[in-house]
Amino acid sequence: MTKSFDKTEWGLMVALPVLICLIFVLPAWVVNYVQVSLGTGLVALGVTIQMRAGLVSFGQGLFFCVGGYSAGLAGKFLGISDVFLLLVLGLVSGILISFVLGFLLRRYREIFFAMLSLAVSMILFGLLSSTEELGSTDGFNLPQATYFGWAPEGDTGKTMLYAVTCVVTVIWAIALNRILRSPLGYINEAIRENELRVEYLGTSARQAVHVTYVIAAAVSATGGVLWAMALGHVDPEMTNWTTSGQFVFVSILAGTGNIVAPLIGTFILEIVRVYAVEVSPNTWQMILGTLMLLTIVFLPKGLWSLMNTAKKKTGTVPAAEAVAGE
Amino acid sequence: MLTAVAIAVDGLGFAAWLFLSSVGLTLIYGVMRILNIAHGGFYALGAYTAAWAVGLYTQTGSTIALTYLIIPLAALVAGVVSGLLVERGILRFMYGRDEVLMVLVTYAIFLILEDVTKLIWGTDSYVSYQPAYWLGTIDVFGLPYTVYKFLIIAVAIAVGAALYVTLNHTRVGKLLLVVIEDREVSKALGINVTLFFTVTFVIGATLGALGGALTAPEISVVPGIGAEIIVMAFAVIVIGGMGSIGGAMLGALIVGFSRAAFVHLYPPAELFSIYLVMAAVLAVKPYGLFALAESRKI
Amino acid sequence: MTTILETKNLERTFGAVVAAKDINIRIDAGEVLGVIGSNGAGKTTFVNMVTGYLPPSSGEILYRGAPITGKPTREIMRLGICRSFQIPQLFPEMGVLDNMLIALTIAKQQKPVLFRPAIDRVVEDEAIALLTRFRIERYAHQEIQTLPQGVRKLVDIAMATVSDPALLFLDEPTSGVSADEKMDFMRVLIDALKSTDTAVLFIEHDMEIVEEFSPRCVAFYEGTILADGPTGDVLKDAKVREFVIGSEFHRKPDESVETATGKGAA
Repeated sequence: MTKSFDKTEWGLMVALPVLICLIFVLPAWVVNYVQVSLGTGLVALGVTIQMRAGLVSFGQGLFFCVGGYSAGLAGKFLGISDVFLLLVLGLVSGILISFVLGFLLRRYREIFFAMLSLAVSMILFGLLSSTEELGSTDGFNLPQATYFGWAPEGDTGKTMLYAVTCVVTVIWAIALNRILRSPLGYINEAIRENELRVEYLGTSARQAVHVTYVIAAAVSATGGVLWAMALGHVDPEMTNWTTSGQFVFVSILAGTGNIVAPLIGTFILEIVRVYAVEVSPNTWQMILGTLMLLTIVFLPKGLWSLMNTAKKKTGTVPAAEAVAGE
Repeated sequence: MLTAVAIAVDGLGFAAWLFLSSVGLTLIYGVMRILNIAHGGFYALGAYTAAWAVGLYTQTGSTIALTYLIIPLAALVAGVVSGLLVERGILRFMYGRDEVLMVLVTYAIFLILEDVTKLIWGTDSYVSYQPAYWLGTIDVFGLPYTVYKFLIIAVAIAVGAALYVTLNHTRVGKLLLVVIEDREVSKALGINVTLFFTVTFVIGATLGALGGALTAPEISVVPGIGAEIIVMAFAVIVIGGMGSIGGAMLGALIVGFSRAAFVHLYPPAELFSIYLVMAAVLAVKPYGLFALAESRKI
Repeated sequence: MTTILETKNLERTFGAVVAAKDINIRIDAGEVLGVIGSNGAGKTTFVNMVTGYLPPSSGEILYRGAPITGKPTREIMRLGICRSFQIPQLFPEMGVLDNMLIALTIAKQQKPVLFRPAIDRVVEDEAIALLTRFRIERYAHQEIQTLPQGVRKLVDIAMATVSDPALLFLDEPTSGVSADEKMDFMRVLIDALKSTDTAVLFIEHDMEIVEEFSPRCVAFYEGTILADGPTGDVLKDAKVREFVIGSEFHRKPDESVETATGKGAA
């Protein structure tokens, strides 16, 4: 049991080559959206795993931005353009910052956690918006990506970056899926349901929340690096709370049932946004808000719960297991 | 010395604006246990309605004096209409749900309100500076300040006093305290809890709109002001302790003066001074200065 | 007999209110001890203090001779003290088996571990075995919300035993169980716990149950200990009769009427 992969993990591994091959099949603009939404999808994953512990982070954009700016600053001031080095840098910055902030945030739950994570992300927003050396609200550009000294140009460069994005995303998704099934994953669910009992079972809920917060930050920072590399640009909007709100939206819409759902959800949302903005630029947020209300009212466990209901109805899952197996 | 005066007056001005913009948020949270993100939407609606109405009126060339009536009227119309629609149309179906869920619900409503303002007024900026300058300026130790600033301070004090008296010295206020204490018992006692909620929400929304409307002459009203205010308003009420009117007042004063101090002493930090103050307060008092005690769980 | 728990002059105040004062109790390994006293007498406050939920205002708590005063709950649990709750503290949106699985997972876990799947066959068997010991295995696949109060109480107690505590506090285990089922309910409970050599302290309002199941009894009154000794003697004590049993007698018929049953115990 310990060594085996579950269905989701197998699925992800099979999906990886397919995902990479899309670049040879689909038009460039679609691939572009896939790539961008894998970056933001990772941030949504960060929101989702915290949601499993009942924590709604309205400031996940903070780590999205930390990742993006780490890569950007390293490129701008240190001349680093190696994707792997930038990924490590973004990851380390995300972990360090979240580790420190975690000591404040792990004390809070519910609306306090939501709003304080939001407030903390707005500190960075204020800081970056008023730093002229970093382009203030306009941000700045990132260098072209290189790979261990190799600097592919044009289409090869695009393909390379896309492939790296896919691989990193799938690795994260598998890792997070593991974490959800690990003791930490169960502790988080228990915290969501009854924190008092968790303490009375002999575990520190705060420590578990802290670890989860750092993991979420790490995955979000990775997303930030990939997203910034894909666009070649960063700006403070990345950590504005309205950006974070969209990640929350995806998590709500997709539900916390499966690790792949937020990734798919992000992509669908991205596509819908493109069309909505084109057709009627001033109703996009209205569509988001309405969808969100409908999800909360009619599908409290997200769109993914539709898949489970369908399975139960067809009877492929024995009733007892469906109850016990979550 | 001049800096000290500037910090004092600016601080008071900021504080008044912050109090007016956040008191509705804390009122609704205190009574209904809903942290209303849509508050930012009400603020923006108030600002747009006032700026638009004042703009229309001044085009007629009549006396500016009447705009001081138009501004609160605009806030009243915007707040009552949108507050009623939101509460009757959406929120009342969700009472008793989890607090976090209500944050998400009101966030969704906020998104919708954002686009409503865009659909009504477009994305151009609205400027209605006339009311802010018509009253002229006065010198405070040699520094010129608009009289309008002091008008806002006066309104903030009046609103605070009115809320204080209503909550503590009227029958309605006492009934409201019962509702806050225990909804179920209040219902059993024959108190119309639903009506209390509706009225509270509409008052809260109107206060949010008033905050926006009063600010409108001092700024250019553009999309996005609602998103800004909600974060600041939250910081203010969390410093004082969410749900406490006095806490909002204290929070507004603390944030107002420290922001003014940053503006005059170290401008680069101005944009996030609020959050620094908030973090400092929370490090010492995790749930704000006037946080309510938690009841025994086991 | 070896003493496993000893409290010295334990005191807890809330502002001007004294919730507990001069609490000196010794508990021996493996013994069963009943605690009586009207509501507000300081019984739960005592349990809260020993289990680290409420730090005492003054006094000392020794567990196996070592001080545990002021330690956080989770550390005290790790040392081998557990408790159940008057209002069951469960994971309400999950099934009974899932509750037990998660409890076992957490209890066996010192630090949050990543990547390793937590639940396997062994843990599942263990969970079923625990449910069987408390005779609630047939509820394994039901959601907590659908359970009768008595079964919830048993799940709550079963969860408190996942780490094989040496000392277990039961906070009014029979509250919410109907009067005619209380005896059977306690029988199941005490039998299940007897098999593990756990010292049990239970808070109880029903004197018959105290007489039946605990050789020793402690009576609380207004935050202090009124009497402590063999149950027969304590229940005959004049002061206990006046202040504790007398007031119990005037208590309402019992809250049991409201709940259907403790079917699990039958």
